[in-house]
Amino acid sequence: MPSGVPLAIFLLPFFSFIVISFVIRPFLNSKPQLSGYITITSIGTSLILSLWVLAEVSSAPGHMLSMPDYEWLVIGDTVIRFGVTVDALAAIMLIVVTSVSLLVQVYSQGYMHGDPGYSRYFAFMSLFTAFMLGLVLADNLIILYVFWEGVGLCSYLLIGFWFHRPAAARAATKAFIVTRIGDFGFLAAILFLYFKTGTFDIGELHHLALAGAIGGTVLTWAAIGVFSGAIGKSAQFPLHTWLPDAMEGPTPVSALIHAATMVAAGIYLVARMFPIFASSLTAVTTVAAIGGFTAIFAATMGLVMNDIKRVLAYSTISQLGYMMLGLGVVGIGVANDAISLEVGLGLGVAVGIFHLFNHAFFKSLLFLGAGSVNHATGTFDIREMGGLRKVMPWTYATFLIASLSIVGIWPLAGFWSKEGILDHAWDHQTALFFLAMITVFMTAFYMFRLVFLTFAGEYRGGNAGHGGASAHAPSLRESPLMMVAPMGLLAILAVISGWLPVSSFLGGKSESFFGALAHPMAWVSMVLAGLGILLAYALYSARWLSVESLRRRFAPLHTLFSRKYWFDELYERVIVVRVLVDGIFALLNWFDTRIVDGVVNGVAGGTIAAGRVIRRLETGQLQVYGIAIFIGVLAIVACFLIFG
Amino acid sequence: MTVGLEHFLILSAILFSIGLYGALAKRNAVVILMSIEIMLNAVNIAMVAFWRYGHLITGQVFAIFIMVVAAAEAAVGLAIIISIYRSRETVDVEKIDLMKW
Repeated sequence: MPSGVPLAIFLLPFFSFIVISFVIRPFLNSKPQLSGYITITSIGTSLILSLWVLAEVSSAPGHMLSMPDYEWLVIGDTVIRFGVTVDALAAIMLIVVTSVSLLVQVYSQGYMHGDPGYSRYFAFMSLFTAFMLGLVLADNLIILYVFWEGVGLCSYLLIGFWFHRPAAARAATKAFIVTRIGDFGFLAAILFLYFKTGTFDIGELHHLALAGAIGGTVLTWAAIGVFSGAIGKSAQFPLHTWLPDAMEGPTPVSALIHAATMVAAGIYLVARMFPIFASSLTAVTTVAAIGGFTAIFAATMGLVMNDIKRVLAYSTISQLGYMMLGLGVVGIGVANDAISLEVGLGLGVAVGIFHLFNHAFFKSLLFLGAGSVNHATGTFDIREMGGLRKVMPWTYATFLIASLSIVGIWPLAGFWSKEGILDHAWDHQTALFFLAMITVFMTAFYMFRLVFLTFAGEYRGGNAGHGGASAHAPSLRESPLMMVAPMGLLAILAVISGWLPVSSFLGGKSESFFGALAHPMAWVSMVLAGLGILLAYALYSARWLSVESLRRRFAPLHTLFSRKYWFDELYERVIVVRVLVDGIFALLNWFDTRIVDGVVNGVAGGTIAAGRVIRRLETGQLQVYGIAIFIGVLAIVACFLIFG
Repeated sequence: MTVGLEHFLILSAILFSIGLYGALAKRNAVVILMSIEIMLNAVNIAMVAFWRYGHLITGQVFAIFIMVVAAAEAAVGLAIIISIYRSRETVDVEKIDLMKW
């Protein structure tokens, strides 16, 4: 394989961005559909090249291709090189990013049809895809960080795509600032590692960490710093608040960026740095605990939301928590020597990334389904939907498949990766295993709450002039083929992606098709999931139980969940207003006005006051000066007479 | 008693001191101008005395120069004073303070 292929994978979408921004938008604005075609062509080519890379990697020894790297920056003795990593992890991520991106772009042509920002939308989407591919391919931390911020920027631009809506502009800013808090820790960790080891190269850092050349405390702090970046990007507790608000962006954006790829970058980062994490028990325990807690914490909020996209957003946070949990618990096993190092490193990546791989397909499908529903009804509020099964059979079928897949029903994709995570959690961290099991039940409940409220029963919407963009008048018919076809393809992937030998390719082990059913664990989790589905059915479809009475009985819990544990209030009113604005900023303001300005003004004031006194000497009277000269001459003469 | 160089120099010093006192202490611009003339003439006396006793022709030359300059200075100075008097009705230098802070 020519060494330019991985670079081409990254550069194609980037050129698409350049062409759309500098050629099509200024000169061919009357033909915006060109933007869509260029984006789809370039990303499609990237996908084909990615498949080529995958084939090459799978035949390469150790699933690792060595690629030439280039000198990028020379600062004194420091040489920063840039190159590409092409290994199993990168190859899998390339496939995920390009395939989901391609399908989402095709879907977007239908969803964004007629939007005045059509070209701008595809320019940003191309740029995002390019940055995401660069992030995956980066072989050193500086380059990785550049792309890491790049995808954050695109996320900001696309959340705020409809920037004339104040909610969207606010959500974009919030997403940018909240993830930035995590990125600060990431940057600090990169610099810290550099000062301790003198290298930014990820491969070298791995060797040093595994050889024990980096001290334990250094590793722990570096890993926790890197993990704080992942917390921000993957919306883990306590920086989870931005992701639900990010749903203000166009729905295909949510599907691509906030479900399948960018939010998974945090998982990818932990997987990429896994040898460093696995060398520190504290670090992996943190990863597992944050992941496990986030999984159940986000799921509880997902139970009560009424906005279909917000439910899916909390579901994404919860699933990302699962992935972190998977990486963390295998890491705990490695750090405790329960798993040998050679097996453990591959296994951890396999467990986490396999779920990422499957999740990318079924979650983006769920979002595309939500977008399709919105396209028909003009709203995201599930209380105003219902009965759409009849008018939107394709959307219904694909949404149902994706729901069953995320819930983890055999033999759909979600089952395989979720079982892997639960298995290892049981082996290495029992407390977190129980949290994860409860989450399985909750996931089943909230997903099928969505399914029943949206597709079953009778249509409850149609209140004129309520919600939604006027461009999507509720005409209640199936979305066009351009939108349904990608959903169909994703539905196929949501079924079969679990059957692919991704896990063994990454260094884990793959279960045989029926062998997985021999584990009691599989049955326990499926029974729990079934109970969740049953409860949702009882409440929202058959109405054996009254939702209202249940809500009244658990009123405090319901308030707690629907107010999102008051985290927004905590951050905005307490931390931002009280601590930052009233506290630190006021103190800094006082220091600035009193001390810094005080010194400057004091010097100026002193000079003026001194001048006011001294200028009395300058009478303007020539005679006074004459006397001064005369006295001066006398003094000089006196000096001559005395000393001379 | 023979009149020697020192007597001329003492006279010159006394005249110069009187002129200096007048130039520095008086308020009337005309008196100040006159005091300056006295100082210049005190210098002239010293110059001429040095010529007479030291046979230095330079002294005489300078004395002539000083007379010319003093005449010009008196003319210009008086013209300014008259001009100030016309506009401000005073020649008291303490009251001519338009340019003062």
